[in-house]
Amino acid sequence: MNALARKLAVASLALGLAVPAFADPSLLNVSYDVARDFYKDYNPLFQKYWKAKTGENVELKQSHAGSTKQVRAVADGLEADVVTMNQATDVDFLAERGLVAADYAKKFPNNASPYTSTMVFIVRKGNPKGFKDWSDLAKPGVQVILPHPKNTGNGRYSYLAAWGYALRQPGGNEASAREFVGKLLKNAPLFAAGGRDATTTFMQRRIGDVLVTFESEAELIAKEFGRGEFEVVYPTLSILTEFPVAIVDKVVDKKGTRKQAQAYLEYLWSKEGQENAAQNYLRPRDAEVLKKYAAQFPAIKTFSVDEMFGGWSKASPAHFKDGGSFDQIYQVK
Amino acid sequence: MSFRRANAEPRWVRLLLTAVALGFLALFLGLPLLAVFVEALAAGVPAYLAALVEPETRHAVLLSLLIALIVLPFNVLFGVAAAWAIARFDFKGKSLLITLIDLPFAVSPVVAGMLFILLFGARGWFGPWLSEHDFRIIFAVPGMLIATLFITFPFVARELIPLMQTQGKDEEEAAVSLGASGWQMFWRVTLPNIKWGLLYGVILANARALGEFGAVSVVSGHIRGETNTLPLHVEILYNEYNAVGAFAAASVLALLALVTLVAKTIVEWRMHKETQMLEADLPPEKTQ
Repeated sequence: MNALARKLAVASLALGLAVPAFADPSLLNVSYDVARDFYKDYNPLFQKYWKAKTGENVELKQSHAGSTKQVRAVADGLEADVVTMNQATDVDFLAERGLVAADYAKKFPNNASPYTSTMVFIVRKGNPKGFKDWSDLAKPGVQVILPHPKNTGNGRYSYLAAWGYALRQPGGNEASAREFVGKLLKNAPLFAAGGRDATTTFMQRRIGDVLVTFESEAELIAKEFGRGEFEVVYPTLSILTEFPVAIVDKVVDKKGTRKQAQAYLEYLWSKEGQENAAQNYLRPRDAEVLKKYAAQFPAIKTFSVDEMFGGWSKASPAHFKDGGSFDQIYQVK
Repeated sequence: MSFRRANAEPRWVRLLLTAVALGFLALFLGLPLLAVFVEALAAGVPAYLAALVEPETRHAVLLSLLIALIVLPFNVLFGVAAAWAIARFDFKGKSLLITLIDLPFAVSPVVAGMLFILLFGARGWFGPWLSEHDFRIIFAVPGMLIATLFITFPFVARELIPLMQTQGKDEEEAAVSLGASGWQMFWRVTLPNIKWGLLYGVILANARALGEFGAVSVVSGHIRGETNTLPLHVEILYNEYNAVGAFAAASVLALLALVTLVAKTIVEWRMHKETQMLEADLPPEKTQ
């Protein structure tokens, strides 16, 4: 062996040793804005689990903003290994562009949604107007605060919840649902720009009698405004809100992080992951964990978008795209 | 000092106008500034300090300062070059150049950000090539630098052009006729003449770079601890119901703004003093 070859061998060995040392795999999780508390707790859990299982350190980065803005950024080149969103329409947007698998919902259990929530009412302390159910929101003389149904996840879920409730009432049909939701929308003095904006409108500007929002968000409101300021009312029937997760195939294949990304999302369904969901006031899928935290999740009858509307791919064009039911109802106003 | 009245308005009118102006300032500038600090300290000083030393907030502060630090030299270079060209020479397309310099003022920052997505985004003109060669511009610091550079481009040039135009080129011509080289003339004559104006432009550009939201928001990708500047961080914390964190970060921005304001006032004062001195020093034959 001559000197040059030896040098090369030493160099490549050094490189071989050096590269893994500073090339710990890293995952970027692009997520919606209020998911931060959840993933701030979840990421260290996964890192510990993954280190114990494989001996590998994995770096985890988070990006949070409005969910529609986030998927747009991913489509424009934000290199997310995984997306964890608060509605299927946003992940569908990526599926249509070939960034995530078309059947992403089947790649993980429970429609690829590791936890759920539902839409509830926040009312002023003592519930002075006596809100009990969706029908109370459509009565004349009350003011309902919700984000814009056409372009926010919160707003869409609120809208569909009210629509589904009306359909399930005795004698309910498309026409009666349309009329019911129309009455409810007439009670909205404004449409907020997003969940946070709706909360500010209701809690800080003190506009409106009732705020429609995610059950999980009620706890965030309590954290900021104190528990003595409001009450949570559970309607008799509400919508099951799902939070789909997906691997961004294009990115993990390029970066070689598929294995870690897969494990990262799978671990959401582990006992630890499910407990973390419950601790962040998101309803766990795991029946045992749900039972353990039953006190904080009152039983409520729910329907999913799939059951009631045949999935978002049908609900979106029927209700929220231009010329959909929302446009028709709201123009009549 | 004479006590002759400059105008004939009755005293109460002047007082009223002053009161309206001051009241307006207090209401729209003072009160919000106060509110930032009140909200930031709402949960007590320890919570405020804890929010400030949060690694992600710290990183956002550093990133904002880093972006300003990198962008400003480019602003100086471009601003001086452009102002020089416009104030000293006549050429075809001069008015077009002036219009182009003003373009970032006219274009909404959000639109500016989107333009860069159209250029460098995954589906943009250069996106596929960049991605193939593993260059990351959009949703990384380079994209944020480009966006900030675009937004802050006009400040230095806009400040220097009128200054250099009024100063004229007599002194520079004198320097050259006495045998100074181009660089000597620049360092010994041009730069000393424009230094306060230049600094003033830099301060304004710096304030804008630190506070920029729209354009940077579009190209940032909001990766925590990586591409989150201070203004972006404030918005995100607020949206997460972390009011103390949001307003603590906002108070840092407010403090930086106050520092800028003080620096600006000092520079203005020095500029004013220097012009006064120049006028006093003016030899009589030159005033004609």
